[in-house]
Amino acid sequence: MSVTPTPSGDGTVLFEFLQRMGDNALILGHRLSEWCGHAPALEEDIALANTALDLIGQTQLWLGLAGEVEGKGRTADNLAYLRDATEFRNVLLVERPNGDFGKTLMRQFLFDAWHLVILQALRSAADKRIADIAEKAAKEVAYHLDRSRDLIVRLGDGTAESHRRMQEALDELWPYTGELFIGDTGDAELAAAGIIPAPESLKGAWDDVVGETLAEATLKKPADGYMHKGGKRGVHTEHMGFILAEMQFLQRAYPCATW
Amino acid sequence: MATATLPSTAEIWHWLDEVPDPEIPVISVVDLGIIRAVRWEGETLVVTVTPTYSGCPATAVINLDIEQTLREKGVAKLRFERRLSPAWTTDWISAEGREKLRRYGIAPPVDGAASDAMLRQRSARLSGRSDPIIACPQCGSTKTEKISQFGSTPCKASYRCTDCLEPFDYFKCI
Repeated sequence: MSVTPTPSGDGTVLFEFLQRMGDNALILGHRLSEWCGHAPALEEDIALANTALDLIGQTQLWLGLAGEVEGKGRTADNLAYLRDATEFRNVLLVERPNGDFGKTLMRQFLFDAWHLVILQALRSAADKRIADIAEKAAKEVAYHLDRSRDLIVRLGDGTAESHRRMQEALDELWPYTGELFIGDTGDAELAAAGIIPAPESLKGAWDDVVGETLAEATLKKPADGYMHKGGKRGVHTEHMGFILAEMQFLQRAYPCATW
Repeated sequence: MATATLPSTAEIWHWLDEVPDPEIPVISVVDLGIIRAVRWEGETLVVTVTPTYSGCPATAVINLDIEQTLREKGVAKLRFERRLSPAWTTDWISAEGREKLRRYGIAPPVDGAASDAMLRQRSARLSGRSDPIIACPQCGSTKTEKISQFGSTPCKASYRCTDCLEPFDYFKCI
């Protein structure tokens, strides 16, 4: 399959974008998998594991295409297991520690709301390979958002204790949401070519879903102040190394091991 | 195998209809709607498969099962192609497949409702109905309630019947 030409001509910015999509799904999927066997109720345990599974499946599609675009023979597995922290392109939000159940759900909701908006926009991407993956993933993510949204409302507008925890989670995670909407020159190039939506353009639709949900959940939307950023260009928090240490252990200790 | 003796694609479809889904063995991969095309390229049989959910672990097993069945039927050269678009939808599950699911105890997906799960859910929420009405596959009662949108496999939700009290799986729309 031929590589769709991008404005810079060598696929570098496209490779960058595909890693961002894949790494967001991979790192959040890994975080969710940490809950397996620990969630407060069996149904929630299964739901978290199912969501993780969807995200890891989407990772295979995004990173598979990333490897193809890069053209150096790297597979999705190579990219997932053999890159170091500075080569990962996920936003800082998804590498935040799980915390309590409320924090995990709030992180999920803030991400899902963005995820669905970008995937819906990518369904009409000028690059059909991207549009195809987005069409597939959007269907799954619609369910993720439906669930996380529902639980934010129920726990936010729940007991005094659940409300307190959800507000705390929101206040802690809010400064990590800004990065989702900050574009760089590569994003601008791809947006101009009709391959991706400009990150800034997604903010309105995200605000609508988040604002409506938080209001229904009786939670107070924090003011937009300082926003943490860096993940999209490989500058991560101290949590990233710990995630990779666990996720990549097998391939690092036993290189090229196969199942 | 000489070209003259290659089985027809109709015959291949017939064989594939005997390959059970590994998670829900009462329905075949053809009933499930995941076989998108079968064609001969010279003496190589090309089977085009679409994944149900992108992370469904059964996908690899499904390809193995198809390969084993076709090899037993004498197909020597076989290649799989993965097709993502159009994305698989539960609307592609055959009428026969739906009936088999029901008899097996899994409520089949609501017919034709899968085209946009998000819109459907939103309209349901706004209209005050939280979910479509799912009939219990055991007793047929429509007095059922959702326990969890996520069930024993990625494609299923957990429900329970408030009449016969049996829990059951619902093959959710996507």
